[in-house]
Amino acid sequence: MSDDKITLEIDGRFCTAAPGEMIIAVADREGIVIPRFCYHEKLSIAANCRMCLVEAEQGGRPFPKPIPACATPVGEGMKVLTRSKKALDAQRGTMEFLLINHPLDCPICDQGGECELQDVSMGYGEDVSRFSERKRVVKDEDLGPLIATEMTRCIHCTRCVRFGAEIAGLRELGATGRGEDMRIGTFVGQSMAHELSGNIIDLCPVGALTSKPYRFTARAWELTSDEGIAPHDGVGSNLQLHIRDGKVMRVHPRDNEAVNECWISDRDRFSYEGLNSPERLKAPMLKRDGDWQEVDWQEALHAAVDLLKAPGPDQLGVLVSPTATLEEQFLLQRLVRALGSDHIDTRLRQLDFSAAAADPQLPWLGVPIAELETQQTVLLIGSDIRQEQPLLAHRLRKAALSGATIALLNPYAVDLNHPSIQIAPSPSVPGSDLRALLRLLGKPTEGPAAEPDERHQRIADALTRAGQDGKGLVLLGTLAESAPAFGLVRALAAEVAAAAGCRLGFLAPAANSVGSWCAGSLPHRLPGGAAPARPGLDAGAMLTDPRQGYLLWGLEPDRDLADPTLAMSALRAAKQVVACTAFRSPALDTVADVLLPISAFAETAGTFVNTEARWQRFQGAVPPPGDARPGWKVLRVLGTMMELPGFAQNSAREVHDELASQCRDLTPDNQMREAMPAPDLSSATPQAAELFRIGNVPIYATDPLVRRAPALQRTPLAEQLAVSLHPDDAAALGLADGQLARVAQVAINGERTEVNAPVVIDDRIAVGCARIPAGVEGSGELGPIMGPVQISKAGA
Amino acid sequence: MSFRNTPLAVIHDVDKATLLTPELRAEIDKHVAKYPPEWKQSAVMPALTLVQDHNGGWLSRELMDQVAAYLDMPETAVYEVATFYAMYDLEPVGRHKVCVCNSVSCRLGGAEELMHHIEKKYNVAPGGTTADGKLTFKEFECLGACRHAPAVMVDKVYHECVTPEAIDKIIDDLD
Amino acid sequence: MAENQNTVCFRTMHLDATVRYTLESYRSVGGYVQWERILREKPDPDQLIDELKTSALRGRGGAGFPTGLKWSFMPRTKPGQKYIVCNSDEGEPGTCKDRDIMRYNPHQLIEGMAIAGYCIGATVGYNYIRGEFYEPTARFDGALEEAYAAGLLGKNLLGSGVDFDLYTHLGAGAYICGEETALLESLEGKKGQPRFKPPFPAQAGLYGMPTTINNTETLASVPVILEKSGKWFLEQGKPNNGGPKLFSITGHVERPCNLEIPLGTPFKDVLEMAGGVSGGRALKAVIPGGSSVPVVPGDVMMRTDMDYDSIAKAGSMLGSGAVIIIAEGTCMVKVLANLAHFYAHESCGQCTPCREGTGWLARVLDRILAGNGRPQDLDLLDNVAGRIGGRTICALGDAAAMPVQSFLKHYRSEFEHLVEHGRSLVEAA
Ligand SMILES: Cc1cc2nc3c(=O)[nH]c(=O)nc-3n(C[C@H](O)[C@H](O)[C@H](O)COP(=O)(O)O)c2cc1C
Ligand code: SF4
Ligand code: FES
Repeated sequence: MSDDKITLEIDGRFCTAAPGEMIIAVADREGIVIPRFCYHEKLSIAANCRMCLVEAEQGGRPFPKPIPACATPVGEGMKVLTRSKKALDAQRGTMEFLLINHPLDCPICDQGGECELQDVSMGYGEDVSRFSERKRVVKDEDLGPLIATEMTRCIHCTRCVRFGAEIAGLRELGATGRGEDMRIGTFVGQSMAHELSGNIIDLCPVGALTSKPYRFTARAWELTSDEGIAPHDGVGSNLQLHIRDGKVMRVHPRDNEAVNECWISDRDRFSYEGLNSPERLKAPMLKRDGDWQEVDWQEALHAAVDLLKAPGPDQLGVLVSPTATLEEQFLLQRLVRALGSDHIDTRLRQLDFSAAAADPQLPWLGVPIAELETQQTVLLIGSDIRQEQPLLAHRLRKAALSGATIALLNPYAVDLNHPSIQIAPSPSVPGSDLRALLRLLGKPTEGPAAEPDERHQRIADALTRAGQDGKGLVLLGTLAESAPAFGLVRALAAEVAAAAGCRLGFLAPAANSVGSWCAGSLPHRLPGGAAPARPGLDAGAMLTDPRQGYLLWGLEPDRDLADPTLAMSALRAAKQVVACTAFRSPALDTVADVLLPISAFAETAGTFVNTEARWQRFQGAVPPPGDARPGWKVLRVLGTMMELPGFAQNSAREVHDELASQCRDLTPDNQMREAMPAPDLSSATPQAAELFRIGNVPIYATDPLVRRAPALQRTPLAEQLAVSLHPDDAAALGLADGQLARVAQVAINGERTEVNAPVVIDDRIAVGCARIPAGVEGSGELGPIMGPVQISKAGA
Repeated sequence: MSFRNTPLAVIHDVDKATLLTPELRAEIDKHVAKYPPEWKQSAVMPALTLVQDHNGGWLSRELMDQVAAYLDMPETAVYEVATFYAMYDLEPVGRHKVCVCNSVSCRLGGAEELMHHIEKKYNVAPGGTTADGKLTFKEFECLGACRHAPAVMVDKVYHECVTPEAIDKIIDDLD
Repeated sequence: MAENQNTVCFRTMHLDATVRYTLESYRSVGGYVQWERILREKPDPDQLIDELKTSALRGRGGAGFPTGLKWSFMPRTKPGQKYIVCNSDEGEPGTCKDRDIMRYNPHQLIEGMAIAGYCIGATVGYNYIRGEFYEPTARFDGALEEAYAAGLLGKNLLGSGVDFDLYTHLGAGAYICGEETALLESLEGKKGQPRFKPPFPAQAGLYGMPTTINNTETLASVPVILEKSGKWFLEQGKPNNGGPKLFSITGHVERPCNLEIPLGTPFKDVLEMAGGVSGGRALKAVIPGGSSVPVVPGDVMMRTDMDYDSIAKAGSMLGSGAVIIIAEGTCMVKVLANLAHFYAHESCGQCTPCREGTGWLARVLDRILAGNGRPQDLDLLDNVAGRIGGRTICALGDAAAMPVQSFLKHYRSEFEHLVEHGRSLVEAA
């Protein structure tokens, strides 16, 4: 190995490098700063800004001209001077050119104080008065609600353009025109629609592309900065929170190669806006004679204690958002168990718990996140991956571009920016495509199988090949988890993985879903993963077999639960409902008796366990608004007031440590515990004249916080309630695109529900399916997230 | 800036048989056949030229989008190409394009006077179109016909050693 | 002198103008004999490349790189597709020779490309022709059709097992696509923005595959070199400056023309062949190799021979062989402003110094011409040009800088006069 190392000298310092490495990368590693604008570690080399020019010699012969450090590979014995007269002269020259057409009004620029151009130009101190011609003025385009432009400031580094082509896989921005007239933009004034588009804000070295929601709200030097962990998907992106006066002003990524690299999704970047929602609950409230009244904590807590005690041991159900912190989940399960039951669950959008006995010990991704890139074959079952886990989709895209086979079994073909094999399985015969794969893999099983076609064959072959190299993965996503036959699908997926020698993995639907398996906030798991003597009721059973009292934590019952109609009716009928929430909502107002204001994202210390089972702790960066309190503190007080044991912790850290010590022996493990019993699917199978509802949860509808982030809600990705149908189904129903359809669904408790929604005709939807999103406004009036549905012309 | 990997092929959600015209598609296909199959986008320049000729000398956004869809390219990539090369026009033009070379040899050979003449006589500035829609007048960089200065390209035909009188005759003869 | 003219690329020139470009005409001057011999005998490509090396043929596109050496860089035996690309983008102001090769002798280019393909292991070639060249393209395409029909192009030619397919690709108006890597980008369906080197095209060129790019004239010279030997070709010129070369004589001359004459011909003879300075005026200056090279005062030129090394000694470059004659009485500030506008217009826009600097130069020159110059403008021009040259991805930056620096060097007084008095020193107001 050692002989293919190269030694060179940069500014008199001896460095070693790998052959083919660029000078700038070696200098960066050595902490030698070479100015640059176009170079970015994660993007292809453009070498167009000419800022990184340095002087160099090789084999005693000087290069005749200054060379770009970003595009010149190192050579053995090379000598590089980054600050010599010749180098500085070249750098100064470039700087002057960059500034002649650039506005010199840093004090009014949104990037002022954190501008790479400003920083580098300070180092030169040359005045720019030699340029006395007119400066270029560039018209701005509206790139939508997230990204503000001031293109006169653009220095044409093309980082944003390369980001689109190389990282996002969607060329939204281009560099049109030539020479001086080159312009960066969409050319046609289109909104940016990619789920990672906000990253160009960080990439832009100047103030040309900035955050629209943040725009002019603060100056860089007024901000303090704190670390955070993203509260939405299973990635747990590392964040830098920028704060002023106790408010999160904006969110940036914090580099972590193993997790989010240097990127974050737009959801993680802009959802902080929801913290300032007018619906924030800032004081405890009590319902008196049907009217809500603000009360002090004392009174509210007493009321809550009474309400929680009233139902008696088996009659309290606890439904917890999977974005609750580990500490909150741990204390919640302690509370409910101390009160005498195990009825606690965070798997809010799961319909099928029939295979709970087979649940793995600690279901996780199956491989570290970073290793997604190096898989040779990944079979995704039931996942709209770009919407669910934008950065995992990015990792899979990298894998695909380096030749991996990415295959998907989904009820609708999803938009991907890379080659893939997609099959839309028949919703009425769950598992039939997996059985077809099993047959091809030489492990036929009983039950109906699809007739394998060439795509099945390619998938089976790719899985087998990857399995032999230990680089194959079968992943189950959120759509699968919400399926009425989840247990069956999961069992078949496990068999497929085993037959092909691949690993099985689960995409954690939310920031702390995996945490629930550690904290014991599940009916069949205690902290540390042990099983309780007798499992409690799961999220489904707590509602189909209604309890007398409920504790709701961080959720909206009409948006976050698998069957909102069922949920609302059970909650309405309940005698005691305590809701701990950061936001008020009409549904909570209807069902709850007391509302306790708790912290949201960034307002509490805590821990999230991400999809690769990585524990990531964070501190509260800002105080919760008004009288709201960090969730774990509210639970501690409740526990103490109820005189329950184990609520004496002085800090979130103590709660964490206590749990961590119980989890010492808990390791990620996707092994199925038991074979699958044959499920009864009769009620979930569509009858003639019925379609099968696919309730996808759109990217900006996943949780209460993001649903209240205004800018995200204005983007093209924010879906409204609609019925997407295959053209054949639409034709059979006599429905045209844009027409209003009547959607009728029977909830699990037999209640009939109906809503009107516009039709979208989309040939990516499987025949026999109707995609009707969940989590969005209006979806709360419907029944199960997946299941039979009747569609007709509205008003007919 | 160049993406030296394989092109970012985008499959557009349209039926290709509805794009452009059958004749144009057939012409474009002939060009596509010259390049490796995964490099369909190599045919973007000839395709834009064909489409422009067919559309009275200019390219609309809709047409560029159709070319993008036909060649599985991102629209942006087509806009980049269409705005980079001087022979594509993105605004409606006159029935004829009169392109006068104004680079050094033609300039030394009288291009300046010729341009003034056209500007005055036809009341049209470089880049503009005459009021009657007959001509779009363009100043062009070197046409590669320097030994016949000044050179003028009228639509697809070169005219050499063009005097003001000669250009009047040429323009007169256009419909 | 006449018997020394039109011996290589223009060797069909003496034939009837209406038929000189046909296959039959080309065959009548010995065309395709070399290609057919190669197909029959299948000589070792290295042997052919050696012949080229002996000929001292240097690239006619402007840079003057030895062609044989360039071909030897190709990883010929490496598996995978390789390409030969002909650069017929001819856009350097003053240059109009490749157009005439395609109009008058297109088959020789085809034969040259086929032989090049054989030598470097390429079975596919593209001729990138600038978009404005409708007529030359039609000629070239006509010749392609004839060559295919005659079995000179295609698969398994003459049963030799050798394949060679050749296509035209039309540009659409961008000087920068003459730069070889910009040309490749353009061929790949993108904006013509030059690539950073390394990797060089011989390592990763068109579609990422090893590629050789040569100028039209370079490639069209090859069949004759093989026919008459490298030694013969070398002897037509001077050592290290092999062969005859096409010169485009334009500007202020009586008879602007293309001449194919031996390298090393004295400039004064060339001027005479073109009928001398037009209108009987005195010679003021010459741009001897296309607009991108430094200007040379007339008197210096009159003592210089037309070959790569002699012109380099005179402080300029032979470039593409475009000789632009400037007569006494011409305002050099105006000429420079014209050149500066050309480069500002043609900059591809990626490199900061070129994108920002070329426009700056043009604007300052316009201001001076408009009578609003300032004394410090001359140093500014020189200094800005110096900050562009040598600091960009491609040589357009140098091309924009060199005229500025050389005009200021030789004709500074004209610039000073204009700045001081607001009008030209040489032109009547
Ligand atoms: C800005 C610029 C423009 C050029 N234009 C042309 C051109 O029009 N024709 C050409 O043959 N070479 C042109 N060249 C030179 C080519 O890059 C390249 O050197 C040449 O095609 C190589 O062929 P040769 O070795 O046969 O000369 C240009 C170079 C630059 C930097
Ligand atoms: S020097 Fe000019 S033309 Fe050449 S690559 Fe750079 S910007 Fe483009
Ligand atoms: S960082 Fe090297 S040229 Fe831009």
